[in-house]
Amino acid sequence: MSIELNKNTSRSPLSQRIQPMGIPGLEITDKLVTVTIDDKEVTVPSGTTILEVAKQIGIRIPTLCYHEDLCVAGVCRICVVEVEGQRTLQTACAYPVTEPITVRTHTRKVRQARRHILDLMLSKHYGECYACFRNNNCELQALAKEYGVDFFRFGHPEKPRFKVDRSSHSLVRDMDKCILCRRCIRTCIDLQEVGVLEVDKRSDQSKVITFGDKPLGEVVCINCGQCINRCPTGALRANDPTEEVWAAIDDPTKHVVIQTAPSPRAGIGECFGLEPGHPLTFELNTALRECGFDKIFDTNFSADLTIIEEGTELLLRLHKALVEKKAVALPQFTSCSPGWVKYLEHFYPEYIPNLSSAKSPQQMFGAVIKTYYAQLNKIDPKDIVTVALMPCSAKKFECNRPEMCDSGWKDVDYGLTTREMAQMISEAGIDLPAMPKSDFDDPFGTATGSGVIFGATGGVMEAALRTVIELVCGIKVEDLFEHADIIPVRGFEGIRFLELPIKKVGPVPDLLKNLIPDWKWLEGATLKVAAAHGTANAKLVMEDIKAGGRCSECHFIEFMACPGGCLGGGGQPIPTSPSIRAARAKAIYSEDASYEIRKSHENPAVVKLYTEFLTDGPCGHISHKLLHTGYTPRGKYIV
Amino acid sequence: MLVSEREQLRANIERQVKEFGNDRSALIPVLQDVQHKYGHVSEYVMQVVADILHIHPVEVYGVASFYSFIGHKQKGRFIIRLCRTISCDMQGKDRVARQLENDLGIQFGETTPDGNFTLEWANCLGMCDQGPALLVNERIYTKVTPETVHDILEECRTLFGVYALQEKETLCELPTPVK
Ligand code: SF4
Ligand code: SF4
Ligand code: SF4
Ligand code: FES
Ligand code: FES
Repeated sequence: MSIELNKNTSRSPLSQRIQPMGIPGLEITDKLVTVTIDDKEVTVPSGTTILEVAKQIGIRIPTLCYHEDLCVAGVCRICVVEVEGQRTLQTACAYPVTEPITVRTHTRKVRQARRHILDLMLSKHYGECYACFRNNNCELQALAKEYGVDFFRFGHPEKPRFKVDRSSHSLVRDMDKCILCRRCIRTCIDLQEVGVLEVDKRSDQSKVITFGDKPLGEVVCINCGQCINRCPTGALRANDPTEEVWAAIDDPTKHVVIQTAPSPRAGIGECFGLEPGHPLTFELNTALRECGFDKIFDTNFSADLTIIEEGTELLLRLHKALVEKKAVALPQFTSCSPGWVKYLEHFYPEYIPNLSSAKSPQQMFGAVIKTYYAQLNKIDPKDIVTVALMPCSAKKFECNRPEMCDSGWKDVDYGLTTREMAQMISEAGIDLPAMPKSDFDDPFGTATGSGVIFGATGGVMEAALRTVIELVCGIKVEDLFEHADIIPVRGFEGIRFLELPIKKVGPVPDLLKNLIPDWKWLEGATLKVAAAHGTANAKLVMEDIKAGGRCSECHFIEFMACPGGCLGGGGQPIPTSPSIRAARAKAIYSEDASYEIRKSHENPAVVKLYTEFLTDGPCGHISHKLLHTGYTPRGKYIV
Repeated sequence: MLVSEREQLRANIERQVKEFGNDRSALIPVLQDVQHKYGHVSEYVMQVVADILHIHPVEVYGVASFYSFIGHKQKGRFIIRLCRTISCDMQGKDRVARQLENDLGIQFGETTPDGNFTLEWANCLGMCDQGPALLVNERIYTKVTPETVHDILEECRTLFGVYALQEKETLCELPTPVK
């Protein structure tokens, strides 16, 4: 494989890379060493860090800058321990064990050092916990409690030192709450390879900044919110529109509808104390009605719609290339992840023609609600407020893009994250897990399993393949893949490929008759697809395409900006880790398996929409006006 | 800056970077080199360097701002850095500082309107036994007194005069800070 560009420019963790990269001194080897921690003896492979060893034997060492998804930084020093024979305290997270050692994790010296570190952090920490969105879910606050901080040894700031940065549609940065753990920096540079944040200056002048200390809204931030999910404190948060949403609900002249995406439903339970991996889809419907939303719809409906539009677009591109022999941009890229879209606009604007022009499910739904739904129910669209419950902070930016007004109104008025929704629900005094179940509202009620799996990386691809295979080959997906589960595109590997030979073709279904006369030209062809998650992997794919590697031969590539796909989105409950994301993915795939209809083109509500409203079919004039969009080349240079 | 100027600058930087290899470990030598040649590293140049080394511009910014000898704003032709660390402090750096401010008519952190002098603080220069110490560009002066301040400035104006003019030639290549 030719993907190895820039391989030594990143410090990203192995899980996010194709090429494993050795960290000098940290390589895990076959050699075994014996470690004694607090009198417990254990044998581990050489290179394991003290922190990892302690975890294995159930000894808690506090951490702040350490994060499972990120490379080791060793900057906060809260994890210090005593290692016999060493003059000074050592950081457990950054100490690879290579020879037998004896460690003590809570001697007087250690406790005092940790306490002083906390006191020093608090001496610059402006903010009150009860006025902070991380209250009760803050690692700094939790440690202060753990170490019994009951006064400010080194003082406490009385007024803010910095201005809160509210320039971005998606993120709010309050550097007065920052403890300089640099998790956001490692997230943005290593995990996401966007490179928005770094530390400015040094020592007591240090501060996390963007390039040139510009407002976040003016730099290359793609709004993925991954930094929010990893920040231990309330320094980073999403731009919260709950006040406006409550105001709309309380206004009797407004008809407030909400669409809920699959990932928040799989994750929201975590905000109510459930273990990750418990979807609360139908409990949530009841809770939202309780909160006062007038109608509750399932984003899966428009996910199915997206599949039809995007799939048709792909077939049209292929037709153009193979039959009409015209120049056409291939591979086609998915466009449902607004973080990815902005990434491409900044870093690879020359590839904008490859982006599917189909809007994301969120935006399609907004446009359909303010047109079709408004007409159907004789409601003036000016009185409709559309809210979208999304796992994503970039969706807030997306719904504010000036071009997203094709219905004549702002297609989606507010984007709420999972965390904000949980906040609204608890504000209404509702215990979500205890709610009775109820269904989505008509006319979009019935969804399919294909829409659900949009939430996991590879999901859009799987959904599209299910539909394309059936529409083109005239066979059942189940004949090719057991239970219609297209396993090769699932999983968390950074980039996944699938090649699908089209052995025989079927008749053109009615839906597409006026676009393509027959499928003969596809017979014997091999459909090549790929899926990538996390923009670090997206970058690898793009560089490979530029270099003419394997990715450039693909026809269709799914990109998701967030590691793990939407289920790991920047609006999901905090904390996040590989195991939490895996649990959410399991919840999503089990929900898919439970649906009777699992293919987008069989969704009766979608079929109905095409017969009643989008009468000239997928990619027709009406659909082009309402469901498709354009993009803005932004470039990466900041002036 | 005009587009053509930018292209010119980019080509220059590319040529320079080649000497150091285009790897992220070349960043500091590259920045030092740019600082030496142009007197500062502008935000535009940082982005060019980042591009060539395949790293993120913000990383270059972070490294540049870490080192006080790399600046991202155009400074005076002569940068005077007076040591403010304890030994020099005890040996009378305050009086030297006041003299410098008086003679130049600027405060620390400022540049004279004619663009000739910039006044800055430095931390220990390793000349603690001969303090107070100061640096003029890359030349060190020790045992400075308020009286010798005048001489040092004069020296800059005359002895470095030719050098300053030469410098001016290369300064023509200087990019104006990006707006
Ligand atoms: S960031 Fe944490 S410690 Fe700081 S005010 Fe918020 S909850 Fe409290
Ligand atoms: S939202 Fe994403 S791109 Fe923006 S600063 Fe955070 S991690 Fe970087
Ligand atoms: S903003 Fe948050 S993640 Fe970033 S350095 Fe500060 S505390 Fe750490
Ligand atoms: S967690 Fe080890 S130094 Fe921060
Ligand atoms: S203290 Fe001034 S040179 Fe060392």
